[in-house]
Amino acid sequence: MFGLCDFFAQTCGNLSILFAAPVFNVQLLIDGVLVGAVFALSAYGLALVWGVMNVKNLAQGDFVMVGGYLTWWLTQTFGVSPWVLLAGLVASFALLWGLGWLLYRLVIAKVIDRDLFTSLLATFGIAIVIAQVLNLIFGSDTQSVDPGYESLTLLGGAVTVAPQKLFAFLLAALLAAVVITFMKRSRMGQAIRATAQDPRAARVLGIDTDRVYAFTYSLNAAICGAAGALIVMIWVIQPFYGITYSIRAFVIVTAAGFGNLPGVIASGLGLGIFEQFGGFVLGAEFQQAIVVGVLVFVLLIRQIQQAMNRQVVQ
Amino acid sequence: MKTIKKVALTALAAAGFGAVPGLFGLPGSLLAPGFAATPGSAMAQECGTITLGAALSLTGKYSTNGLHTKNGYEFAIRKIKEAGGVKVGGKCYNFKVIYYDDESTPARGAQLAERLINQDKVQYMLGPYSSGLTKAIAPVTEKYKIPMVEAEGASRSLFNKGYKYLFAVLSTSEQYLASAVTLAAEVAEKRQGKKPSDVRIALVVENDPFSLDIRAGVKEDAAKYGMKIVIDDRMPRDLSDVSATLTKVKALKPDVLIASGHSKGAATLTRQVGEMKIDVPMIAITHCESADIIGKFGKTAEGFLCSTQWAETLSYKDPLFGSAADFNREFKAAYDMYKNRSVPYQAAQAAAAIYVFKDAFERAGSLDKEKVRDALAATDLMTFYGPIKFSPAGNNIAKPMVLRQVQNGQYNVVAPSKFASHKLIWPRKVQ
Repeated sequence: MFGLCDFFAQTCGNLSILFAAPVFNVQLLIDGVLVGAVFALSAYGLALVWGVMNVKNLAQGDFVMVGGYLTWWLTQTFGVSPWVLLAGLVASFALLWGLGWLLYRLVIAKVIDRDLFTSLLATFGIAIVIAQVLNLIFGSDTQSVDPGYESLTLLGGAVTVAPQKLFAFLLAALLAAVVITFMKRSRMGQAIRATAQDPRAARVLGIDTDRVYAFTYSLNAAICGAAGALIVMIWVIQPFYGITYSIRAFVIVTAAGFGNLPGVIASGLGLGIFEQFGGFVLGAEFQQAIVVGVLVFVLLIRQIQQAMNRQVVQ
Repeated sequence: MKTIKKVALTALAAAGFGAVPGLFGLPGSLLAPGFAATPGSAMAQECGTITLGAALSLTGKYSTNGLHTKNGYEFAIRKIKEAGGVKVGGKCYNFKVIYYDDESTPARGAQLAERLINQDKVQYMLGPYSSGLTKAIAPVTEKYKIPMVEAEGASRSLFNKGYKYLFAVLSTSEQYLASAVTLAAEVAEKRQGKKPSDVRIALVVENDPFSLDIRAGVKEDAAKYGMKIVIDDRMPRDLSDVSATLTKVKALKPDVLIASGHSKGAATLTRQVGEMKIDVPMIAITHCESADIIGKFGKTAEGFLCSTQWAETLSYKDPLFGSAADFNREFKAAYDMYKNRSVPYQAAQAAAAIYVFKDAFERAGSLDKEKVRDALAATDLMTFYGPIKFSPAGNNIAKPMVLRQVQNGQYNVVAPSKFASHKLIWPRKVQ
């Protein structure tokens, strides 16, 4: 054990900090949850689009960037205030809804029945076009909105929480709750779930699946837009940073299982927390490796579970 | 409609003729006007033209800096023209640049370099923006023995390949934050009253070649002083949050925090240093200007040390551009987009690259590219951007990196002490 610690001196040192000063666990846990919530939100719509339409939307992160830029632009025009930020959130939701609908009609509707590769290419194309258009309009400088709120301090100053992160977390939670209720209670939500289960049967029962698809894709884009509005408040955006959120969304949805909305929240939060602790103990360079490692682990467990189920059935 | 048809026909015919020599086995270049330097017609002006080629990132993720670079090139070309052109063997010439857009992708950059050399027949190249693009283009120019002066590729991996035709006016990347280590050692001795070897460094860089060079430079210099590196994190490229690393900084309380990760890293780090109330007496980062940390995070940015290739307050000067301040003023007057911001060093060093070419052509007294290469290698020039003298590997060894500190919302030069206009404020206070 000591030999190992000599070799991984920094890792062992970092681990011992967590045991010696447990307060840093609190900081990491809080950050992990707040960070994870925003990741979960940007993955939220993907779970729907993937589950309902079987479209793997590679433009996920670029929708996020559009929402971010709209909110940033609003704060540049009207100044930074909580109301402008809230307006940015609503405006991003609305604008991206429109954009999603337009893209569905123009592109997605034409490729939805094709094979996986075609829809991947189409959404990849959309991603490139969005990123370049943002670059043409706003330039390639990084942007961010700093509301300049004083951070909250807990436990005698050892733990800090940025109010905007908390704000983003609450809004993400609210949005998630609304979408879940909507899917459970409303007619459209039921139609979406029916289409996800069996599009042919849904059509037989009189559900206009084309409308359901258009709605689902628009809803996804709108949620991404809202996530973008939150991201510009807590981090930085740039026309080409969308891919970060696309990748995270794919990891989260794959781990959660397609169409499993509560699962997305759980795996988003889990990913956030793993990233924080992994980054602290092993170093930031391992954050990504940890995320992918966890994904592999989850898939493995699932595989084993399914194999066992199959044996029972046999 | 008719004219359009006519034009199309002419174009077709021209294309046809172009193909003919190929069909008959004649080298196309014999017929094509392949001279890099053609004497200008008497009608237009007296001076001839020297054509340079450049692939620049005019679209894509480097487009902002690509534009700064282009503006720098064009500004210098205009200044040279106004000053009477380049004098080569008793004749005068003006520079002209053929630009292509490399879309910020290295593969495209390499293709365009081939095209500039083979189709446009350029004999001299200007560098692209970024180390990545330069790394892609340098093997091409090297293959065709085309001298290239570049101003935007700082990675030291460009200068250990034995390239003979590559010259860079800027300081290489491992020097970017090495001066922060020296400064920390000075502070330790003079103000903290402890040995430099007691200084503890937290090092956070992005996991890309450029930032890893910076890390290597810091580690080398820290080892010289016997300093201890307590955090050595590499941020992944698609990182959005550095709070885990900063929590570690909070726990370990280093004397210096050194970080580099392009604009994204600079913006994210500055932002979260503020949010998490990180209290480190010295913080040194790169890319302050491009991330505009003063404009975006004013209060938090106070006391940050920022490394830069050039600043308009430095005391360098030359006969063409005047002093660094003169360059800054005239450049702002020439381009509206810099009205409300300081001129980025990317533009200044691009202008310096053109000046180096002018100097080399004049000393070579010839348009022969081999003679120009030899003249470039012998460059020993003082410019508004700093002294320029190339090592055998082609990097500029005469110009030091500068550290500026954010003081009351201004960038003030604090190191190296020879050029410092202001005194270092230490320790940095949490606002």
